Amino acid sequence: MKRLLKIAISTAVVALGLTAPAVAQDTIAQIKQKGTIVVGVKNDYKPWGFLDPTGKIVGLEIDLIDDVAKKLGVKVEMIPVTAANRMEFLQQGRIDMIVATMGDTEARRKIVGMIEPNYYAGATNVLAPKSANLKQWSDLKGRKVCAVQGAYYNRRVSEMYAPDLVVFPAVPDALNALQGGNCIAFLFDDTLIVSTLSGGDAKWLNYEMPLASEDPQLWAIGVRLGDLNAPFGMLIKEMSIEWHKSGRLLELERKWGIKQSPYLIEQNRKLKGS
Amino acid sequence: MQAIADWFKWLAGAHGINVSIAYDAFDRARFLTGLTTTIWLSIACIVLSIAVGLVGAWLQGARSPIVRAGVAGFVQFFRNTPPLVQLAFFYFAVSAALPMVTDQFGARVPLVNNVGWAVISFSLFAGAFNIEIFRSGIEAVPQATMEAAESLGYTRLQSYVYIVFPLAFRICLPALGNNLVNLVKTTTLAYAIGVPELLYAAAQVWSETFNVREMMVVLLVTYVAIVAVLVGFMQSWERKLRIPGYNA
Repeated sequence: MKRLLKIAISTAVVALGLTAPAVAQDTIAQIKQKGTIVVGVKNDYKPWGFLDPTGKIVGLEIDLIDDVAKKLGVKVEMIPVTAANRMEFLQQGRIDMIVATMGDTEARRKIVGMIEPNYYAGATNVLAPKSANLKQWSDLKGRKVCAVQGAYYNRRVSEMYAPDLVVFPAVPDALNALQGGNCIAFLFDDTLIVSTLSGGDAKWLNYEMPLASEDPQLWAIGVRLGDLNAPFGMLIKEMSIEWHKSGRLLELERKWGIKQSPYLIEQNRKLKGS
Repeated sequence: MQAIADWFKWLAGAHGINVSIAYDAFDRARFLTGLTTTIWLSIACIVLSIAVGLVGAWLQGARSPIVRAGVAGFVQFFRNTPPLVQLAFFYFAVSAALPMVTDQFGARVPLVNNVGWAVISFSLFAGAFNIEIFRSGIEAVPQATMEAAESLGYTRLQSYVYIVFPLAFRICLPALGNNLVNLVKTTTLAYAIGVPELLYAAAQVWSETFNVREMMVVLLVTYVAIVAVLVGFMQSWERKLRIPGYNA
């Protein structure tokens, strides 16, 4: 009985994360040994990571991952993640890094190693039918607004403007609910809204992005905290500098038809000059 | 109250065990909203699903073969499809086919919102099981008892209400209790259509505060408590309804 109790307690302690998880030795060596790099990606976020008609995941972020894999000489395995589970996956070791439109926030930096320089910057806005006639953020007060679980701006927007947030597990569900009239607007990153609207899909003809984008947020590639200053993190950091400097990110932005971001132009100029 | 909040704040800082709902007013408000939503969602579904079961079980014994086939079809449909699929079907497919109404802001909104669909969907789902559960009770009532009622001049409805059902209900209470416990747990599926119940609230908290382990523990303990209340209620009901000497 006593032994059973001991086992139960130690299991509970491990489950609660009171003991530090074993630190992986060298992630690069592990990846090379496996022959594959496992990356958490978005598959519902056009044009960053999405499914093409053949069912393959493609997008700007996938191109960046391919660059990394080429450098390491390994194959890529992509695991679709959501905002709500990607950091857990990384910590558990199910993925080696996150390239999934992840906003770089102070709170997240305690859990995930954020690679600098950041590879992109987005901001918050809403997608709404023109008939909703939204003019300013305060118009959202008390109205039903669809959102996606785990997005960093959900809390800020609900604290500042008090909308009645209806939060869904994934982007397609939320867009469906918006189309069904279940909410007045869809709260999301302006980059996705722009690409949705410019996609030329007839069902978005009567929709608009009516508000001024708020709260600009840098996006970062995430690695485990232990990797941040280890060879793996340094390698990704070097590549990130190179992507900015060489104009690779600007080129990819054109390739995927994204509205030119002032952040990328500024970074390109800054890093080229140095 | 403040001392408890301070202690949890200290716990988060000193040991990394972050029960944010204990000290962060925003997180706590979300969690309490989730708790109340789960409780009233459960109560509404329990009441409605029992009503569905009662009516369905009575109609199952109807003389008209069409009515009987209708009940059988209902049971087959709602018992044999996953509740999450039913919920998505109602919310994304049926809702779009219904007429729209105008809300207080003058916007066109669907007739039934996500909470409404959750109540309807879970009540029908659990109701289908309740029909079968009540049938098992009804079939356990001796044929002779029913014949005795008939010979005393009871109509079919009267004998169902006064003789058959009171006995059948006592027989099937344990099975009913099981199904209702399951129903309470099924309400978590409403998370998929954005109903702010407990799982939804907890997921909101942990995806922003990153305290998945702590919130998982809180969530499990909360459900154990909710279900314990329900089970306690069912057991006391069973005791109250017991007829001394009648071994059903």
